[in-house]
Amino acid sequence: MRNWIKGLTMGAAAAAAIATAAWAADFPDRPIGVAVSYGAGGATDFQARIVTMVAGNEEYFGQPMYIVNKPGAGGRVGWNWFANEADADGYMMSAYNVPHFIAQSIKGGVSYSADSFEPVANWGADPAVIVVGNDSEFNTIGDMVDFAKENPGKVTLSGAGLFVGHHIAALQLEKETGAKFAYIPTKGGGAAAMKAVIAGDVMGGINNLSDAFRAREAGNVKILAVADLERNQEFLPDVPTLMEAGYDVDDASVNFRGLMVKKGTPQEVIDKLAAKAPEMFANDRVTKRMKAGGSPVRIMSREEVQAMWKKRQESLKELLAGL
Amino acid sequence: MEFLAYFGGVFEPLSLLLLIGGTVGGLILGATPGLSPTMAVALLIPFTFHLSPTQGLILLGAAYTSTVAGGAVSAILLKIPGAPANIATSLDGNAMAKNGEGARALHLSFLSSGIGGVTGVMLLIFLTPVLASWALEFGPSELFWISILGVTVIGSLDSKSFVKGLLSGCIGLWLSTIGYDDNLGVPRFIFSDSLTGGINIIAALIGLFAIPQVLDMFSKGRQSRDIEQIEVPKHPISKSVGELRRSGRALSIGTIIGSIIGLIPGVGGQIAGLVAYDQSRKFSSQREKFGTGHGEGVIAAESANNAMVGPSLVPLLTLSIPGSPTAAVLLGGLLIHGIFPGSDLFEKHPDVAWTFINSMLIGQILMVIFGIYTAAWAARIARAPMPIMAAAVMVLALFGSYSVQQSMGDVYIMLSLGIGMYFLEKFGFSAAPLVLGLILGPIAEANFIQGSLIANAQNGPFEYFMTGTLNVLLITLVVVSIAYSFWSNMIQGRTSTLAEEAG
Repeated sequence: MRNWIKGLTMGAAAAAAIATAAWAADFPDRPIGVAVSYGAGGATDFQARIVTMVAGNEEYFGQPMYIVNKPGAGGRVGWNWFANEADADGYMMSAYNVPHFIAQSIKGGVSYSADSFEPVANWGADPAVIVVGNDSEFNTIGDMVDFAKENPGKVTLSGAGLFVGHHIAALQLEKETGAKFAYIPTKGGGAAAMKAVIAGDVMGGINNLSDAFRAREAGNVKILAVADLERNQEFLPDVPTLMEAGYDVDDASVNFRGLMVKKGTPQEVIDKLAAKAPEMFANDRVTKRMKAGGSPVRIMSREEVQAMWKKRQESLKELLAGL
Repeated sequence: MEFLAYFGGVFEPLSLLLLIGGTVGGLILGATPGLSPTMAVALLIPFTFHLSPTQGLILLGAAYTSTVAGGAVSAILLKIPGAPANIATSLDGNAMAKNGEGARALHLSFLSSGIGGVTGVMLLIFLTPVLASWALEFGPSELFWISILGVTVIGSLDSKSFVKGLLSGCIGLWLSTIGYDDNLGVPRFIFSDSLTGGINIIAALIGLFAIPQVLDMFSKGRQSRDIEQIEVPKHPISKSVGELRRSGRALSIGTIIGSIIGLIPGVGGQIAGLVAYDQSRKFSSQREKFGTGHGEGVIAAESANNAMVGPSLVPLLTLSIPGSPTAAVLLGGLLIHGIFPGSDLFEKHPDVAWTFINSMLIGQILMVIFGIYTAAWAARIARAPMPIMAAAVMVLALFGSYSVQQSMGDVYIMLSLGIGMYFLEKFGFSAAPLVLGLILGPIAEANFIQGSLIANAQNGPFEYFMTGTLNVLLITLVVVSIAYSFWSNMIQGRTSTLAEEAG
């Protein structure tokens, strides 16, 4: 019995050694996990499932990708888990949300920072937009800012939580205009924040472009401005950017979503993932489903994401310094 | 009556197959501890990629309705509520199963689920426009008062002693503060990484209900080899139908409360069963029988949690606002097929919308049929020898709590809460009020903070929380509920003292 166990252990050790050597060459030889730091059915989860659905095709990875949900504390639970417990072998990736995880790491209390992870590629960008109820007296972003300047702290704006894109956009707008808003973080994400706007619990809100687009289609809200560098031609060609409206607010609040691996993952594995992932995101079936779901696609290579992370890190540090 | 025109779609061969598959699969998933309706629906969404929108929604609708009912199976037979919706079912249902009346409990549970469920879907069909605007009336201040109303139920729920009920409720409220607070992101009581996300409600449910039971079985296990072998007599379905007809009051209280609570976004089905259970006990003439295996308890709880299914979709289908976690997942399922719910959903995609609703209607009926068919042999589980039963429950508890989010942390939380609960039960505390505290704490807190933030930007908290018709109505209900609890507690105290004096 004992010999048998010994043999088995030795065999396993030998197999592990061989596997390590052959690793990078046949990566991936088994399914790849994608940890999503938000609950099943949320926007990040929903999009992650779509963009990974063709991973098993031979022209991409030849192995399927599966989603593991690790929700809680605005994403902190999932990214903490990924930073502390996942293996740095490329078989467990994580979906990132920028600016969320970078802003959280700047505020502290978590075991990760932008340096703990290596980006693979970006699949989507959901800009923050400013919405008001359909019967609101505000018709332009100017109306709202002017009212807020005359009545400091009286304009209530709902958003999906603290240190998410919505909050960042509110901070940027306050900083630029000198007006004071009452930012109301809601529990339950963008959907709950949108409900507060439609029901009239708050005077306005900052929300995801995709959700706001649907709410406007349903006749429930007006969209005053989009916090991005360019208008969104696909869904909201008629809505001006904050820049166009005369406020110097850049795209620091845009919610970028993509895939990342842990620092320490073999370079060959990262290269392979980074080469194939953008092609996978550009697959016809993927983009069609994304468009049907009202989710704006923005594919960026690993190098572009690295530059974007770096830029966000700097601008967020500056913005959050005063808090 | 437009919906009648779309019944054809439900009975196409493939659709019907999906409907049956979704119902049976949903019953099995629902009966597995740890797999909540939300997870079951989320797991099925990838399958709908390959189906047409209508067929995809038929599958999701059938699975949603039957997982809610399926959760009753494990609640009754094993005392592990599959989801928060089934907590109240376990109170009387498990007592019945232990008395050898598992089949009766399962019959009652599926029949009342069916009746509640069909009523709820009917409300969805006929009253959607009216109900939609009503659902929006509930802002932070109203939701705060609703959760306080729920808290007033805590003292009287499944507990011999009012004070002990309140105390275990407080423990639950405290446990609910662990983790990052949702509004302001402040970390609280995070002593270990597994607590960062707070206590997962499903893991807590499994631990609090299953583990004390397992420990109890183990502690008895070696004393005698031929411990009571429960007889499971066959229970004719006609008898159950008869009992259901006599329990009209519990059935209607359950259905009405379930429909109303289901409609309110953000509260959802988690507390519908418990509130209905409590109310039907308060109105029952056989109040003392509740908790000992009384049919009315199961009927009220199960009719409520299935009645909530239909109305909980009203805000989603008309306003594109998901009112519950499951509705949020269903929204994903709709979007993936390019269907945007909204006020014009029924004009733009009547075929999809009505077929979906009709499939839930037929799904309810199929669920009753398959549920009752399996009840007879499922009830035999109660006859399993105690050591085997204890081991099986333990395995299910570990598997269930791990599978919620593939996390060992949840398993440790489940075990520690369970062991703690074992000792608390020894001192006469019970798990149901504790869980209710755990569920209501975050709802009350988040809405209070949100309401205060809004109130400070307006005319102050007093006006925001204390004025407005709905607020005043809810405050009145809170006061009445507290007064009633005190009053009945005093009456009870007096009668028991009298009885002692007489005896």
